Amino acid sequence: MKITVAGKLKEYSDGLTVKQLIEAEEVENPLYVTVTLNDEFVNSEDFDKTVINDGNVIEFLYFMGGGR
Amino acid sequence: MITLKRKDYDRIVEYAKAQLPAEACGLIAGTVDGNGNKSVEKVYLLTNIDNSNEHFSMDPKEQLQAVKDMRANGIVPLGNWHSHPETPSRPSEEDKRLAYDSTASYMILSLMDKENPVLNSFHIEGTQSSTEGLTIV
Repeated sequence: MKITVAGKLKEYSDGLTVKQLIEAEEVENPLYVTVTLNDEFVNSEDFDKTVINDGNVIEFLYFMGGGR
Repeated sequence: MITLKRKDYDRIVEYAKAQLPAEACGLIAGTVDGNGNKSVEKVYLLTNIDNSNEHFSMDPKEQLQAVKDMRANGIVPLGNWHSHPETPSRPSEEDKRLAYDSTASYMILSLMDKENPVLNSFHIEGTQSSTEGLTIV
């Protein structure tokens, strides 16, 4: 299947989960990553059971925060 | 070395003052030349969903829109900025703890003296931070 990851078209095997994609893309600091699938935010506890389908668009967003 | 346009600096200061007493935050995007020098081409003013004078967390939905806008405009994420309403322009321990990208520019605007804001840019790696040369043009 072909999916768009962070703006780039990529090819992956069917049945890929969000968790597997994070690993395959070697996302740094995965604990700080928020994922959107077709503009919908995916709860981190659902990463391992959310299956990505052909044509889906995935974005990785990093938590950005701090304090004084 | 990072360059920021005067009008973008003014937008950051104006927005940060308008958010007082809360911290303000946003993203910076632009280009990087062959020598690693960064040029900020666009500043994004985001919502601090903590609405606190001691903490900030960027609104993820606005982050997503900003990332799409960067891509559409052919610019890349360079880092982020936030304000310190009551403390100096330097990374706090929490800022360091939550900085995940050692290549990013972390700009901090101090509004301790509201008439004389101070903006500095930093690199943060682990518990160490270093000042990055910032030129406002």
